[in-house]
Amino acid sequence: MIVQVNNLTKTYLRHDGYINAVDNLTLDIPKGSFVTITGASGSGKTTLLLILGGLLRPTSGKMFYDGKEIDLHDEDELAKFRSNHVGFVMQSFALIPYLTAVENIMIALNVKNSNKSTIRKRANELLKWVGLEDRTTHYPKELSAGQQQRVAIARALANNPDLLLADEPTGNLDPSLSEEILSILKEINQKHNTTVVMVTHSPMAAEYGNTRIHLNKGKILSD
Amino acid sequence: MRLIDLTLKELWHRKSQLISGLLAITLGIGVIVGIRSISVVSEKAVAVNLDNLGANILVLPQAASVDNYYSADIDAPTFPESYVEKVVTSSLPGVDNMSPKLTRRMKIGNENIVLTGVLPKSEIASKPIWQTGGFLGNQINASCAPTTDDQPTKYLDEKLQRKGIDTLAGYDCFVGSSVAKKLNLKEKSTLTITTEKFTVVRILPETGTVDDDRVFANLHSVQALLGTGEQISAIEIMGCCRAISDGLLGKLRNILPDTRITTIGQIVSTQIETNRLMDKISLVFLIIILFVGSISIGNYIWANVNERRKEIGILRMIGYHKRHIYYILILKAVIIGIVGGFAGFVLGTLSAFWLGPQFAGIHVNPIYSLLLVSIVISVSISIIGSIIPAYMAGKIEPFSNMQED
Repeated sequence: MIVQVNNLTKTYLRHDGYINAVDNLTLDIPKGSFVTITGASGSGKTTLLLILGGLLRPTSGKMFYDGKEIDLHDEDELAKFRSNHVGFVMQSFALIPYLTAVENIMIALNVKNSNKSTIRKRANELLKWVGLEDRTTHYPKELSAGQQQRVAIARALANNPDLLLADEPTGNLDPSLSEEILSILKEINQKHNTTVVMVTHSPMAAEYGNTRIHLNKGKILSD
Repeated sequence: MRLIDLTLKELWHRKSQLISGLLAITLGIGVIVGIRSISVVSEKAVAVNLDNLGANILVLPQAASVDNYYSADIDAPTFPESYVEKVVTSSLPGVDNMSPKLTRRMKIGNENIVLTGVLPKSEIASKPIWQTGGFLGNQINASCAPTTDDQPTKYLDEKLQRKGIDTLAGYDCFVGSSVAKKLNLKEKSTLTITTEKFTVVRILPETGTVDDDRVFANLHSVQALLGTGEQISAIEIMGCCRAISDGLLGKLRNILPDTRITTIGQIVSTQIETNRLMDKISLVFLIIILFVGSISIGNYIWANVNERRKEIGILRMIGYHKRHIYYILILKAVIIGIVGGFAGFVLGTLSAFWLGPQFAGIHVNPIYSLLLVSIVISVSISIIGSIIPAYMAGKIEPFSNMQED
């Protein structure tokens, strides 16, 4: 297993009282799998994804990565975990507007490397891999939604992550672009043996996963 | 892509924010530099004006009366002429010129005069031991005055130039206007004092003081005439006013403990008050600008952090630590501080250069040492103002970018 979570709970305080977004959830994610998480709005799927990526601290529970427990309350350890092992693809692309396509990838590489020419070379390779070698100096606003998402995928792959987490990666794309992005994610999963965990509303997108999880009120209904 | 590249790109991306941030700090530093530039020149101008009043320190024997500064040397007891040497060899900073004197009241015919023996500079310069005292380099001028081309360093008022006499031959004399009138003397006239004949080389302009009744002759001729030996009744010292306010009198008292050392209190207090006032004004503005500048920069960085919540979230998401976020924001503050400090120096200097002659009647030259001070203050203001926003930015959660626009 690449990721295991045991008895994970995340509680939020709302105006009408406490609510468990993730409720005592236990889950094993095998290495090299493509997991899709579906569920209604507020079912806790994004909260679970954030916890898996070390972006959000749970209220209780444990998480193991490659057999080793992650201290979910140590910010430095979580930052290291994110930069070393996890890539993120977001619905809103999460690109920095004043950086070009290549620079948006370089900032991710910069966390672990300091050699500027090595970083630029690697960033250009990634852009070429996602078919944007002719858009290296374009700013996000000069790219289409599909191109921006491809830049985001290239950035997510920058540090060769073992785990790629995608939150509604096709939410802002039309059906043909959605298929294009999903194919890229599938290719990453199959060719690089990268574990992909994708949150989606789309039944079509969910079909790409070889493990499908449906959440309801923070609990797994089926997998 | 280094963090500095990221910071510079972000600064350039939000130019209007950058301009408003820079403007706040540039104006603040400009005010400090402008005030400081004018106050430094004003202090010096006051010093020149006060120094132009002539000798301002009087060394007298312990028993002498100092009721009237300008006539305190008349009929005073005496002390050895070698005291001059003690002061010269001490190399005290701020001692610009010295004039040992021996003064006695005399009668010439029916007229009362005041005979004053003075040692001309040419004789002081001829004593080898005094040449090692660092005294000879000083001309009769205000060494504490600025040395710009358009600032005269010589005495402006010729009436006051008698305090330093360059040369005075053994039996030459200068006479005050009143004496000249009473004894009907002109230049090249002969004046007989007891048994000796003196040639009048100059009639001094009227000053309205006891000096108008004086006859100035060579000290050694007067000592011989009065039979006092190598004794003098006073040493007049031209002390730089700033040095006096910095404790020159105390230092002189240490060198000449058995003498009475006095000064023109009003001159010194004016200089001290001027310096204090200028320093206080500069300090008040510095405090205000530190306070207002820090708040302005803090407000700017705070607004910037809020606008960048999503970006900071993205950086945190891809693995940047809190320390990277602090670094980016503090680096930004340092860059703004350096640019704002430099721009403020230029603005303040140009303003002082233009406004100085218009409103204060003084010409202000750039004080280049203020450039470093400006940058240090500006960077400090920026960093102080950025500490809280940077700390708050570090608290931004890495999932902040998940919030949709």
